Amino acid sequence: MSVRPADFPPPWSPAEALAAPVDAPDERIEVGVAIVGAGPAGLAAAIRLGQLMEEDPATAERLGEVPVAVLEKGKAPGSHLLSGAVVNPRGLQRLFRGRKRLDEMPFAGPVEAESVLFLTRRHAYRIPTPPTMVNHHNQIASLSRLGRWLAEEAEAAGATVLPETPAVSLLVDGGRVVGVRTGDRGRGRRGERLGNFEAGSDVTARVTILAEGTQGHLTGAALSAFGLEGENPQVWALAVKEVWRVPRPLTRVIHTMGWPLRPGRRYREFGGSFVYPLGEDMVTIGMVVGLDYRDTALSVHDLLQELKTHPRIRRILDGGERLQWGAKTIPEGGFVALPRRFHAPGLLLCGDGAGFVNVPALKGIHYAVESGRLAAEAAWRVFAPGASARSALRSYDEAVRESFIWSELREVRNMRQAFGRGFWLGGALAGAMTATKGRFPAGDLRTERDSEQTLITTRRASRYPAPDGKLTFDKLSSVFASGNRTRDDQPNHIRVQRRVPRQVAELWVNMCPAQVYEVDGLDGGRAGGGSGAVGSGGGGARAGALRVGGPSGGGARPGAGSGGAPAVGGGGAVGARSGAGAGGHGARPGGGSTRSAGAAASGAERGRGHGHAGGVGGGGDREEWVEVRVVPSNCVQCGAISARGGRLTPPEGGSGPEYTLT
Amino acid sequence: MKIVVCVKAVPDAAGGRRIDPSTKRLDRSGELTLSEFDAYAVEEALQLGEGGDGEVVAVTMGPAGAADALRKALAMGVDRAVHVCDDALAGSDLVGTARALAAVLERESPDLVLFGQQSADGGGACLWAAVAELLRRPAISQASELTVDGGSVTGKRQTEFGYDTIRAPLPAIVAVSDAINTPRYPSLKGIMGAKRKPQESLSSGDVGGAVAPATTVLELEPPPARGEARTIEDDGNAAKQIVEFLAEKRVL
Amino acid sequence: MAGTLVFLEHHDGALTKGSLGVLSKAAQLGGDVHGVVVGSGVRELAGAAGEHGASVLWAADEEGLAAPLPQPRVDVLARLVRDEGYEAVLFAQSVLAADVAAGFAARLGAGLNWDLVDLSADGVGVSPALADSVYVRVGWTGEPRIAVFRSGTFDPAPGGGGRAEVRDAPVELEDFSTLAEMVEQAHAEQQGPSIEDADVIVAGGRGLGGPEGFSLCEELARALGGAVGATRAVVDAGWYPYAAQVGQTGKTVSPKLYVALGISGAIQHKVGMQGSNVIVAVNKDRNAPIFEFADLGVVGDLHAIVPRLTELVRARRGS
Repeated sequence: MSVRPADFPPPWSPAEALAAPVDAPDERIEVGVAIVGAGPAGLAAAIRLGQLMEEDPATAERLGEVPVAVLEKGKAPGSHLLSGAVVNPRGLQRLFRGRKRLDEMPFAGPVEAESVLFLTRRHAYRIPTPPTMVNHHNQIASLSRLGRWLAEEAEAAGATVLPETPAVSLLVDGGRVVGVRTGDRGRGRRGERLGNFEAGSDVTARVTILAEGTQGHLTGAALSAFGLEGENPQVWALAVKEVWRVPRPLTRVIHTMGWPLRPGRRYREFGGSFVYPLGEDMVTIGMVVGLDYRDTALSVHDLLQELKTHPRIRRILDGGERLQWGAKTIPEGGFVALPRRFHAPGLLLCGDGAGFVNVPALKGIHYAVESGRLAAEAAWRVFAPGASARSALRSYDEAVRESFIWSELREVRNMRQAFGRGFWLGGALAGAMTATKGRFPAGDLRTERDSEQTLITTRRASRYPAPDGKLTFDKLSSVFASGNRTRDDQPNHIRVQRRVPRQVAELWVNMCPAQVYEVDGLDGGRAGGGSGAVGSGGGGARAGALRVGGPSGGGARPGAGSGGAPAVGGGGAVGARSGAGAGGHGARPGGGSTRSAGAAASGAERGRGHGHAGGVGGGGDREEWVEVRVVPSNCVQCGAISARGGRLTPPEGGSGPEYTLT
Repeated sequence: MKIVVCVKAVPDAAGGRRIDPSTKRLDRSGELTLSEFDAYAVEEALQLGEGGDGEVVAVTMGPAGAADALRKALAMGVDRAVHVCDDALAGSDLVGTARALAAVLERESPDLVLFGQQSADGGGACLWAAVAELLRRPAISQASELTVDGGSVTGKRQTEFGYDTIRAPLPAIVAVSDAINTPRYPSLKGIMGAKRKPQESLSSGDVGGAVAPATTVLELEPPPARGEARTIEDDGNAAKQIVEFLAEKRVL
Repeated sequence: MAGTLVFLEHHDGALTKGSLGVLSKAAQLGGDVHGVVVGSGVRELAGAAGEHGASVLWAADEEGLAAPLPQPRVDVLARLVRDEGYEAVLFAQSVLAADVAAGFAARLGAGLNWDLVDLSADGVGVSPALADSVYVRVGWTGEPRIAVFRSGTFDPAPGGGGRAEVRDAPVELEDFSTLAEMVEQAHAEQQGPSIEDADVIVAGGRGLGGPEGFSLCEELARALGGAVGATRAVVDAGWYPYAAQVGQTGKTVSPKLYVALGISGAIQHKVGMQGSNVIVAVNKDRNAPIFEFADLGVVGDLHAIVPRLTELVRARRGS
């Protein structure tokens, strides 16, 4: 019987992220524009608003004492930012109106040369760079570093940046977004108030700009509450990357395809890797795989470790030292998965959260910056004397549709979906699309929700390299290398069903790069595939015509699964306050977890110790249900679980990774 | 009651505490944050000051980046901050720092001075004891419980042998341990209100000038190697072998 | 008269192990070594002081000095050092000693280096920094050189010295020195050391199999006179309280001996205990990362090994 993560939706609904303001008026924090997320989109919005305030102080006064507040859930701006990245500087140049030179921005250097390689286990074949991936004139950057710099610029421009401040619910009043509520601090594992409990606050604003990045928590709630979803569900890829110090400078930007991903259509392994120089003495290397993959034994973290053992890649890292590690999801649906509108009363959506990522070109940062800039301009119009808020916010949609974001995304709109057909056919289709600049195919390919892919199980995990602590690493030491030192006794911020079929559990255990999920009988690090029962699952039957599958009912609600968020209408007060709410608290190992006979001990325990073994488990009865344990303090908030049957909600402010080089 | 809390800004553990090879001292040029241990002192000051009319003042001596520590203290609820900031004071040793702080404290004339128990980045020399000496006032250290009553302060102090209870008349200097309370998280209102609270900057001249340090840092070296790791299989005699090993290492 | 003065602490009628260790080290460095002890009925400690290398024991012996308060001790020390001109004044780290050393440094305007793990005859100290990942050589620009040594650095080494000559240290107290008064002095029943102070820690991880496994740790800890620690995983699972958690998000410890039972040695745990002097690990998984940095690793069943080990330790210690 085929199993899909979507059949086990998390105990969570978008309504949890909607609330009415509760604080007394003198307790509330009133700001002019509230921006959620100190990433490139949010900070660009803040910087643009600062420019507009300087040019027009009379209108600036109407934004009040705290004109612009940027709320960031990470410990500091940059702590949760992760990308490759090769950045098209166009967005930043427009933002700074030519008043900052490229060499004044914290780039690591221009792209001087590039190659695209097709890898097999032992060889690398250079293939011509696809036109969408040409990076001439582009700059290499650490997004985390860029974010830190943009935050300084935003503060200099007059914005108040508030780190360690997650926005956990959207404040809605009378059908309009009136701000956000920030998260509580100082709750214990069961949600109880600890000695230093500090309740969150209502931050009210005339305009709220959501720039939350991938899997935006409030963005998801807003899309469903205001009926903003587009025709196709969003889909995601998971990227796991490392930053290394290397003895020899890398002189080119490298992208790879092929090994270690499998080309067969039934696997749906879409992705590749990147290796970029970061200045003279550092290199960043990452593996990106679409989360519609089907094999429960797949672990993107371990694929990255495997990738590093390729002779062509190993050569680059030899003699070097790993400095940092991280993981994050990327929205990959592109044009066809965009929301049908980017605004709602009192609300604007930008950046990755809105889906502005160009997958074939691997670019999203300049869209984030541009969309933030446009959002700021629309928000500003709300404050003009005699303005109509409605038409001011609507002007954002218009501006986005007239921008390069729209035209570029439209051109490459079917590329990702084509690859659902497998590498070879997908590649051919992609070539045709590029050649015709998007005119072929005429229609739009559909996307299928990642969580709706049926699962199969292979012995893939047995080929992952055993971590040697020098070139290859296990998940736990990688979590350490992300700077994560989240306190252990926080409430569990991850919503998943705790009793699921073994196959789903295996999927999660292997998928999660931070080893958050554990199941008795499956080694925490690498589970699944040991039995060798190569699953059926019936996924192949979905292929057929060019339309690779219809959208499920309910549209593109990112990972919400259970559907049915109450519509936001006239009377205002909606839904429950989020917080230490639904299910999944604590990580007590249940009594009563079933063990498949012999699968635990029998798995081939190669590698070292806890968290390292290859190919354990996955044996026996796949219909068997198991208890899933959650170790929330490992979580680096990549968002993968939200795409595959669970839901990531924002934990306490300041938790999670502390990226600086990613 | 007027309470002054002396705090230190230290490099954030995550950002990477490193030693600057040119000065051979902790690199303080990057991001600095309120020392975790000082947060307990700030919290205690706020609790003791609650409901009264008096003020709580945070004082720090450090480079420009140390203002961050003060901002955090202000966000937690401290009323006012004083920043002794002067390049001439960089590299001050225990006595030099104590002298500068004592000068500020004499100026402020508080009823109670609080310190955290040790610096999160540099181990534990007792600045409070040196400051108490210079101010010629009584000191209580390692307080895990503190009460102020009339004109005196009583502290329960943790030692290797158990708990002492010590009482001293105000004004007094107390160093609090991390067992004394759980520091509050600053509220959003507190964070945003922090920049509007009064902050004063003092130079070396305002605190009696700099003093040449009486200690020096000569050089850095890697720690001694751990020695070979030995692994054995238990053949029934492991317990005995462990005991022999412990005896050989003189830990038994 | 030049030479070294060692501040000696006492408890329950005997000089503390830490003090004797520092005294032994001073003696080993050579030159004239004197000790100073402050309290009531302390002259009797001359025997032990002499055995460990002090030729003179200065005693400030008064009823009023019985309470272990730092400021009167600063007065005694300052007067002594001014009168006698010692080059170096050494302390073994303790709550009291640290306060005394710092107050004393301020009184004289002298240099103080603390957390030292070594000292050379020509006045160079060694101090670990950055969680013991680097060692720093430190010096002084003048005299007296004040040094505070990390707990447990030196072992007492009774030499052949006879009883030290007892001299009365002048006691002239500043008026502010007696403002603090001891209301109630510590006399707590020893429950065993807290994890931060313990010289020995026996820690348990998942390999214990369940919360009952901790009784093995407790028995062994008791036999060794140490404290019990735990990994994050077992604290998460509710097998042991958070106060005992060692690791990145728990406590950082550096005891003389760390016994890791059923602990895999993931880096989150390692960073909390890697500074331990001696690490012994027992784990049935020979591939556990802990075996890479344990001084002695034993691959075996801890349920079989530990009870036997506890028996042998008890026998050895004669308790």
